[in-house]
Amino acid sequence: MADASTTDAFVEFERVQKSYDGETLVVKDLNLTMPKGEFLTMLGPSGSGKTTCLMMLAGFETATHGDIRLGGTSINNIPPHKRGIGMVFQNYALFPHMTIAENLSFPLEVRGMGKSEREQKVKRALDMVEMGTFGGRRPAQLSGGQQQRVALARALVFEPELVLMDEPLGALDKQLREKMQFEITHLAHQLGITTVYVTHDQTEALTMSDRVAVFNDGRIQQLAPPDQLYEEPANSFVAQFIGENNTLEGVVKEIGQGRALVQLDGGEVIDCMPVNVTEAGQRTRVSIRPERVEYNKERLQEGAHTLKAEVLEFIYMGDIFRTRLRVAGNDEFIIKTRNAPDQVRLKPGQQIEIGWLPEDCRALDA
Amino acid sequence: MSDTTQSGPVLSADGTPLKRSLARALRMQKVRALMLIAPLLIFILLTFILPIADMLFRSVENRIVSDTLSETVVTLRDWDSVNGEAPEEAVYESLYYDLFVAAEAKEHTKLGTRLNYEQTGISSLFRSSGRKLDDIGEDHVKAMEKAGGGALKDEALWFEIITGGASGAGNTALLEAQRTKMAQLTGEDFSADIGFVPGAEFSDLFPRTAMAYTDFALFTAVLDEDVVAEEDPWETVFVAFAQEVQVPGGAEKLAAYTGPGAAELTAAAEALADLEPVSFKASFLDLDEDWGDVGNWRTIQTYSPTYTSGYFLNSIDMQKGVDGAEARPENQQIYITLFKRTMFMSLVITGSCIVLGYPVAWILANLPTRSANLLMILVLLPFWTSLLVRTSAWKVMLQQQGVINDVLVWLGLVADDARLVMINNQFGTIVAMTHILLPFMILPMYSVMQTINPTYLRAAKSLGATNWTAFWRVYFPQSVPGIGAGSILVFILSIGYYITPEIVGGTKGVFISNRIAYHISSSLNWGLAAALGTILLAVVLLLYWAYDKIVGIDNVKLG
Ligand SMILES: Nc1ncnc2c1ncn2[C@@H]1O[C@H](COP(=O)(O)OP(=O)(O)OP(=O)(O)O)[C@@H](O)[C@H]1O
Ligand SMILES: [Mg+2]
Repeated sequence: MADASTTDAFVEFERVQKSYDGETLVVKDLNLTMPKGEFLTMLGPSGSGKTTCLMMLAGFETATHGDIRLGGTSINNIPPHKRGIGMVFQNYALFPHMTIAENLSFPLEVRGMGKSEREQKVKRALDMVEMGTFGGRRPAQLSGGQQQRVALARALVFEPELVLMDEPLGALDKQLREKMQFEITHLAHQLGITTVYVTHDQTEALTMSDRVAVFNDGRIQQLAPPDQLYEEPANSFVAQFIGENNTLEGVVKEIGQGRALVQLDGGEVIDCMPVNVTEAGQRTRVSIRPERVEYNKERLQEGAHTLKAEVLEFIYMGDIFRTRLRVAGNDEFIIKTRNAPDQVRLKPGQQIEIGWLPEDCRALDA
Repeated sequence: MSDTTQSGPVLSADGTPLKRSLARALRMQKVRALMLIAPLLIFILLTFILPIADMLFRSVENRIVSDTLSETVVTLRDWDSVNGEAPEEAVYESLYYDLFVAAEAKEHTKLGTRLNYEQTGISSLFRSSGRKLDDIGEDHVKAMEKAGGGALKDEALWFEIITGGASGAGNTALLEAQRTKMAQLTGEDFSADIGFVPGAEFSDLFPRTAMAYTDFALFTAVLDEDVVAEEDPWETVFVAFAQEVQVPGGAEKLAAYTGPGAAELTAAAEALADLEPVSFKASFLDLDEDWGDVGNWRTIQTYSPTYTSGYFLNSIDMQKGVDGAEARPENQQIYITLFKRTMFMSLVITGSCIVLGYPVAWILANLPTRSANLLMILVLLPFWTSLLVRTSAWKVMLQQQGVINDVLVWLGLVADDARLVMINNQFGTIVAMTHILLPFMILPMYSVMQTINPTYLRAAKSLGATNWTAFWRVYFPQSVPGIGAGSILVFILSIGYYITPEIVGGTKGVFISNRIAYHISSSLNWGLAAALGTILLAVVLLLYWAYDKIVGIDNVKLG
């Protein structure tokens, strides 16, 4: 799907493969193009090859096959220290024997910058992450969030055009993480830096990125802006991985004009939007987001298919209600409804009928 | 009554102040904890602290002179050592009685050996004089024994004379004093009842004689386990009596004496009339003219105090001179050189261990576990072979007909008649000890390096540092604690190393510890060995302190 030869491409992976042991491919055929200034997140389960991709870009691993280009030139043979890529490591990797200021001045020193200029830049970078008063401390004397900000400042202080971040917020608590997410995106956009961000936290990916690359099994499963990723998952892995999702399995009965009739394994028939099913008789997994399920008959479209459901559990979550149903033999069918004054609260044991708009119900690969 | 409104101390439930109950509770805990570790503590105290304390003590302890020559050191105190004249008669008199008892107890040779460390020749002087002491006052003894038909040959009579018979009062003070003296001299216990107390009357008139007899009595009863009254008294008793009766006023004292054996003693005194009074000084000079040597007396006087700095001065090539410490003659100076050499070579060894060990430790820390384990076995392999075997192996390698020389000759790098001398000198010691101590450097380095996260290096490189800069600015500083720990370990081990320098060091490559060992086992000068050891300990502590000041001891990590 990536257009490998766009002229404004800044970072390009072209048919990149990587194997550590010569037996299994950790990265299989990676194609990716990033324009300048983009904030791209690599999202995927553990072991899907995200760090490997980042390391290849940074120069700490070599690609077994394929080409990686930065600003149009291949960087396969450029050593890491000449690539000029800022990097924030998962464990921050702040040098423990140097003070914060020394840590920040390190990249400037190795570039042979004069003392006064260095000090000025270090100060500006520290101020940028609101750590101006901590220059004299050692990394061990900072909290996790402060270390993280210093690591960020260090990766930015020498003004790289590309910054790589490998799960930088993994060790932080939820509140601090949310704050840092905001700060990072803010800084990245403000400075116009191209950012590759690795995480396996999908909320982080959705809230921060311009585009998200969902990794699985060494491949990009889908590369799309967050809304598209959520609302139009390209396959059942993405649908499962991003957000909460209900799946029903069945066989395509009829297909045509952006509509498909799917017969579920229990015999019921429902309307769907075909995504990657092409012909009748194919097995499919149907995906519906919990908040798109409707049980108030009046709100359903005329003639829409409905399914019988039994309420198993009702969970009050404050702003929303979360109800677990048994639908077509699936005990884990979830619906979410807004806590509104007119909202009905379902009770366990209650028999209801549910339905949805055919566009919200996507027939994906089995 | 409620005391909540009072401003007094907070009370616990039973009314005692809270502070005190807390202290009591804590003390109980402490005592219990202490009791738990007590066996180990005692063990460590006995096996580790005590020997060190003993060594420290021995390095200044000098009881032997005052214990052996207890009277002489007192009379010698007033002698002016500077004016170049031998001491007064009184000193020789004291020496006679001291030396006689010491010779009986066979302690005089020990003293001779001790003083010989300070002044060569004293040992033989003591030994030969000890054998010939009977010559002193020989004529007087013979005359007394002949007098009155040999009455004074009767040991029972002497016993009666000295004790003053059954009725006379006893002089227990004298007995106790001599008990103490004998105990100090021999190290034995003299507190047992020996069935003898010198009589007050006799000992008041003839104190020296009573003293000599008391010494004899104690010796006979306690050490020989014989009955005092059945043994012939020592010659000293006769000599003492002759001396005391021949001084002016001695005859009057004898006339005043009414106790047992008065007649026999008077007869003996008459027999002595023909003879000159005993001159101890002349007699000693007769025995050996070295007794007139001022140097010998000066040595005895200098080393009279119970504690001495002499061993320490000796350890730094100095000695006690007439006016304070002075340098030893050039040809006797060895210890400073040895200390310097030990320091220097230990530093070189530590340095070569760092240079050789660092790369090995680095490889160990960066290899995958399996290969690292294999390499680790190779590093530890030397530990599994005997130290002697390893050192001897170096002998085989380094000697002139050894492997290395053979190879060099074969390669044509060295002529056959100009083979390199690599053993029995400093080079040999450094090579062998570096090899032996290398694991002690590698292990702490390795364990520190293992904890250095490789992402630091990656981070440095991503920030633009070349491989070398990344290593030097980021990796190396973090590995310094390992180098510090290894260096301290290797340096301290090598500073006290003994076997290897002994085997491969020859004369030029030996350490101070070889000298210490020599004094412990060959020359038996334990005091000097202790002083040398104490200085070594002090140097190590000093270096440790300096290291703490410069690098910081928290910067030392063993893992
Ligand atoms: N140095 C290495 N040698 C051999 N295999 C490796 C190495 N590094 C990673 N792998 C393997 O490559 C695969 C991908 O690893 P990678 O670190 O890229 O995963 P990831 O997506 O970053 O996972 P996570 O979210 O857990 O960080 C994993 O199966 C891992 O076992
Ligand atoms: Mg990773």
